Amino acid sequence: MGEGQGEGDRHSRSPPPRLPHQGGGEMVNYLLDGGIIMATAEQSLYLPELATITKTSPLTATEKLFEIKLNSGKDLGHKPGQFVEVSLFGIGEAPISISSSPTKKGAFDLAIRKVGNVTNAIHNLASGAIIGIRGPFGTNFPYEETRGKDILFVAGGIGLVPTRSFINYVLDKRLDYNRVIIFFGARTPKERLFVEELGEWKKRSDVEYHETVDRGDENWSGNVGVITTLFPKIKIDPKNTFCIVVGPPVMYRFVIKEALNKHIPHHRIYVSLERRMKCGVGKCGHCQINGVYCCKDGPVFNYSNIMHLKEAL
Amino acid sequence: MTHSILTNEQLKVFVQKLITKGNVVGIQRKENKYAFGPLENVDDLTLDYDVALVPPKQYIYPQWETLLRFQTEPSVKVESVMEAEPVTVIGVHPYDLKAINQLDRFFEDHQPDNNYLKRRAAVTIIAVTPKRASKWAFWSSMDSAHVETGYDLLLTDIGEKYVVETGTERGEDLLKKYAKTEKASTEDLQKREKIRLSLSDMCAEKRRLAASLKEVPALIESSYESEVWEKQAEKCYGCGSCVLVCPTCICFDVQEEMSLDLKEGKRWRVWDGCLLENFAKIGSGENFREERADRFRHRFFRKGVYLYNKFGEVHCVGCGRCSEACLPDIADPVQVIEKLKAER
Repeated sequence: MGEGQGEGDRHSRSPPPRLPHQGGGEMVNYLLDGGIIMATAEQSLYLPELATITKTSPLTATEKLFEIKLNSGKDLGHKPGQFVEVSLFGIGEAPISISSSPTKKGAFDLAIRKVGNVTNAIHNLASGAIIGIRGPFGTNFPYEETRGKDILFVAGGIGLVPTRSFINYVLDKRLDYNRVIIFFGARTPKERLFVEELGEWKKRSDVEYHETVDRGDENWSGNVGVITTLFPKIKIDPKNTFCIVVGPPVMYRFVIKEALNKHIPHHRIYVSLERRMKCGVGKCGHCQINGVYCCKDGPVFNYSNIMHLKEAL
Repeated sequence: MTHSILTNEQLKVFVQKLITKGNVVGIQRKENKYAFGPLENVDDLTLDYDVALVPPKQYIYPQWETLLRFQTEPSVKVESVMEAEPVTVIGVHPYDLKAINQLDRFFEDHQPDNNYLKRRAAVTIIAVTPKRASKWAFWSSMDSAHVETGYDLLLTDIGEKYVVETGTERGEDLLKKYAKTEKASTEDLQKREKIRLSLSDMCAEKRRLAASLKEVPALIESSYESEVWEKQAEKCYGCGSCVLVCPTCICFDVQEEMSLDLKEGKRWRVWDGCLLENFAKIGSGENFREERADRFRHRFFRKGVYLYNKFGEVHCVGCGRCSEACLPDIADPVQVIEKLKAER
């Protein structure tokens, strides 16, 4: 969905494309033909397909997990790290990271924080509600390049949402990957997302799980401190390690500094950035980071490709 | 493709025929300025003009364009809308046409935007060679005095008659059907060539760019930390007037509304501008380009560097409209380039 025209289907540069009802080579009356074309069958970059919410569950006070099924019955067919544009007809569209791995079939997960019109409205929807979905859009986490290697996942707060799609992909294909280290940092224990799953990751013998909160509470007995305080706890092989970093804008610079201090090279650090994404297809301009579009050149970026972009971090 | 002659009289007859056959938009007088508007009578057409108030881009890429229609009761349905109304636009200057070509390329790139492309295919363009430039124009410095593609017909006034060049099969077809053309003599074509050559000097001398067009991308790119941006943007209103009148600006917002009975609605796109404060603001409140100077600088970088890197052309055609429209007089690219060059 949302593929628009495929690579092989481009219009030639000149002359401009003919309208569908104009035959090839035929001279038609350009002045009288046409009118408003209701292109229902025509592929529009902006036409969502219908989908149904099959399950909802609260994650925190402001975040909710939605399980979504496309009405066509098809799988979304996304790669870890991509996002979709969710339509609430009459209210608007919002870009949301896909939180489930593509190895989960039949439905996909969206973990949504209520911040604006669309997300607040989604929070009020129950199972059975119909929404629109465009996508998947954007670049994906390097699930191929990291095969056989060690992966250090560094997720801050809501950054866990897209990272989870990659973590679960790796865990579903565990033997294809080497060491899996997960760092998760939340502001407070109550703001931790996917608490049950965090517990499962912690229990696994093939996962090294470390967690911290900025501020603890009376029931919290784990680490207290910002996410960078987890770095001294591990030893890594810089020649073999990829570092995946996702979190609030302020986090990146500090975490990347820690990764570089452990000698992880720039080209093995990947970040997923957020910007104001509207069209999702690189046309409307809102998500520009200097000369790149976050929606189509990102949201996942290889750090070495964006370190020179002044607006990136 | 082909050259022929239309006398002044025959051009009038041709245009009047086009008016009876379909929608025609033409450049007309608007008090002491000129503007494109629906042409009811050929006598309103004023092909001899300096610059149109706003570019003809609005007939190819309108301010408001419906993208979808949907209904929510009794069941949810959504369908794509592509408005492609045939229209003939008469009087487009080369620099405005160059901008349209840049828009064509942008919307076609990566994932072709059929909403734009279908509408573009339905627009017939009759371009006209300028006889004079506005006092703000600097298109002579921006390699925008001549355009080889994008027009169906190109008219050049050689005195009492026009040389008509066809650019597409559609243009040839229109001439065949509705125009009485004569053969162009060698003398006619020589007159036309003379006019072509005069275009590179048609803009005012003081509007010549301080740097050559070739230098511009590197000049702008190397000036990211320059104080010029902040100094200019000190007086910036963030009003977006520069964006509003620019032939190459295309950023848009997407909005929607429902009918009062909440049963149906539509989604559309509407012009937006990177100079406006909330352009890069997200739901959480974070604004990725909060400072006016950053927004002001971004527009120059986009047109002079990023799009140049992507498509090989600077995306400013020197129409001079932003220079004229900017109330605090800081948007003028000639001024900005001069200041950047002076820093070297």
